[in-house]
Amino acid sequence: MAAYLMRRAIMLAATLLVSSFVVFAGLSVAPGNPLATLSGGRSLPPESVAVLVQRYHLDEPFFVQYATWLGNAVRGDLGMSITLRHDVSELIGSRSGTTIALILYAALIVLLAGVSLGLLAALRPGIVDSLVVMSTAVVVAVPPFVAAIVLIGIFAVNLRWLPALGNGSGLWDGIRHLTLPAFALAAASTAAVARVTRTTVRAELGREHVQTAVSRGIPYQAVVRRHALRNAAVPISTLAGMTVASMIALAAVVERAFSLNGLGSYLVTAALSKDFAVVQGISLVLVTSFVLINTLVDVVAAVLDPRIKLGRRA
Amino acid sequence: MNDLLRISGLTVRLPLDGEMRTVLSDVSLSIAAGEAVGLVGESGSGKSMTARSIVRLLPPGALVEGTIRYRGNDVPSLRGQRLRDLRSSVSMVFQDPRAHINPVRTVGDFLTEALRVNQRVARREAEGRAVRVLDEVGVADGPRRLRQYPHELSGGLLQRVMIAAALLTEPHLLLADEPTTALDVTTQAEVMAILDELRRERGLAMLFITHDLELAAAVCDRTAVMYAGRVMEIRASALLHDHALHPYTAALAAARPSLERRAERLVTTPGRPLSAFEAPDGCPFSTRCPHVRQRCHDERPDLRPLDGGQVACVRAEELAVSHD
Ligand SMILES: Nc1ncnc2c1ncn2[C@@H]1O[C@H](COP(=O)(O)OP(=O)(O)OP(=O)(O)O)[C@@H](O)[C@H]1O
Ligand code: SF4
Ligand SMILES: [Mg+2]
Repeated sequence: MAAYLMRRAIMLAATLLVSSFVVFAGLSVAPGNPLATLSGGRSLPPESVAVLVQRYHLDEPFFVQYATWLGNAVRGDLGMSITLRHDVSELIGSRSGTTIALILYAALIVLLAGVSLGLLAALRPGIVDSLVVMSTAVVVAVPPFVAAIVLIGIFAVNLRWLPALGNGSGLWDGIRHLTLPAFALAAASTAAVARVTRTTVRAELGREHVQTAVSRGIPYQAVVRRHALRNAAVPISTLAGMTVASMIALAAVVERAFSLNGLGSYLVTAALSKDFAVVQGISLVLVTSFVLINTLVDVVAAVLDPRIKLGRRA
Repeated sequence: MNDLLRISGLTVRLPLDGEMRTVLSDVSLSIAAGEAVGLVGESGSGKSMTARSIVRLLPPGALVEGTIRYRGNDVPSLRGQRLRDLRSSVSMVFQDPRAHINPVRTVGDFLTEALRVNQRVARREAEGRAVRVLDEVGVADGPRRLRQYPHELSGGLLQRVMIAAALLTEPHLLLADEPTTALDVTTQAEVMAILDELRRERGLAMLFITHDLELAAAVCDRTAVMYAGRVMEIRASALLHDHALHPYTAALAAARPSLERRAERLVTTPGRPLSAFEAPDGCPFSTRCPHVRQRCHDERPDLRPLDGGQVACVRAEELAVSHD
């Protein structure tokens, strides 16, 4: 396990380095000169230009620029927002809470609802199974922004159960405001996880080792829990982890649809106003989280399936 | 009769491609307490299905007729806890331990599962017992083995673990379905010796399934020979090989698989073994039997007592005479 974790840590560092480079290089491949990109096309007084040139080491070679930027970023300094004239790290910090809460909420829905629905379908062939299979087949193809429109229409406009817009204040109100966005974000992933759970639990229930457990007189519930679900946990957690990672990007759509003050919607705003330091900073944070979650998924898989560490899987 | 297990007139039909196919037809077999009975026959003859019927481990949709009585209980009607009690009292050793042991749980978990889940034995106590039984089946270093995963053990070790697990619940009957076929030859002999010894020591009854008539004779008191889902002959194992009453048994004996390569499919007489649903009217073996006559096609020979055993061949007496 130690050797495996070591290998993963090295891979993680390499991936982060490459992705930070891609994020940074975006600045230089953007059309026009870097100054214009940084200033967002505004004409600046010469003093400001001088500050920018110094700040981004624009008079130095590309790799020196990158190294300086990365060094600052690692220390938490992501530069200044041109539009808000404020520290980018602080701007990101104040908005990331909403996004983290939204993704955690959605991840919880994906795991609880997805696994329960899939398990129910796997264990109840017939009408229950068919219902789950058909409904998930539809929902799995619904992108978050369509889910958002449908959920707002039903639960906010028609039934008036939940608020559609804004962050809310306080814990309970905050949760109420995040409920519809979280379901919109989780819908397709929940359906996907339900389908994978159904298939893998079914497959596991047909495996020989499950017969062994049954032949020993283990109660069926325990067989399902200890063997079928336990073994299905490897593909389920991998898929769930990957969909949660994908939510990092999809959160932007949902945050805008529900007017949530999160990182994703800020990224869109910043991109529209050509606030490049903010775009770069948020991109770096998002890419880093994405890479970290994927690494976590791999480590969890290795913990769940002891054969993975040896590099061979059945 | 003091039979531990008594199967009579067992017929099993399984769904396959939308139709019901007979895989066992009128099987009758009994095992006394402490007795070892061999079950021999070519691939597809229904050996595994017979064993599975006893613990109700048939594929879904199976139709079962006939009676199976285990210690006075009517097996096909058992439900819930009483079915689980039966399964605790009858242990199964499968052919392929690699597939039949959960790969993502530890060896210790596999060994102690039945004790802990069914009998509520505390973990420490269960593990102590597991280590003792591991030692008996020749697996040293028990405490370390308990923490290992199946992929870290060789096939031979894993089959010993399976045998240890089967013995741990202190059953009365062991169903061993080709327990050594998946192992290499030296390991086969070792595992077989351990299984035989521990079974005798404990006075455990056993249904031993194999392709190998000689191996069955070495470890079993009586042996039943199956063909196309039917029992062709049951006799004292010692007699079967040299004094076979049924032409099919004689053909099996003549094939004498060498100890070095125990063939998966025995090539006995020309022709391929038939499954129960393909068997012709009359004697199922008639398509391959060198002694076939018209009357073999006319009536289906029932299993009938002869010479201290039972045989299902209309010409058994005359053939026995001509052998001598
Ligand atoms: N799940 C199933 N559904 C339908 N038919 C099956 C199923 N499993 C086995 N059969 C059929 O049942 C018959 C008996 O099979 P069984 O496994 O009992 O044979 P066997 O004597 O154990 O053979 P082997 O020596 O290959 O293990 C065969 O004709 C087989 O094709
Ligand atoms: S009944 Fe006839 S065909 Fe069948 S085994 Fe006996 S002699 Fe052969
Ligand atoms: Mg078999």
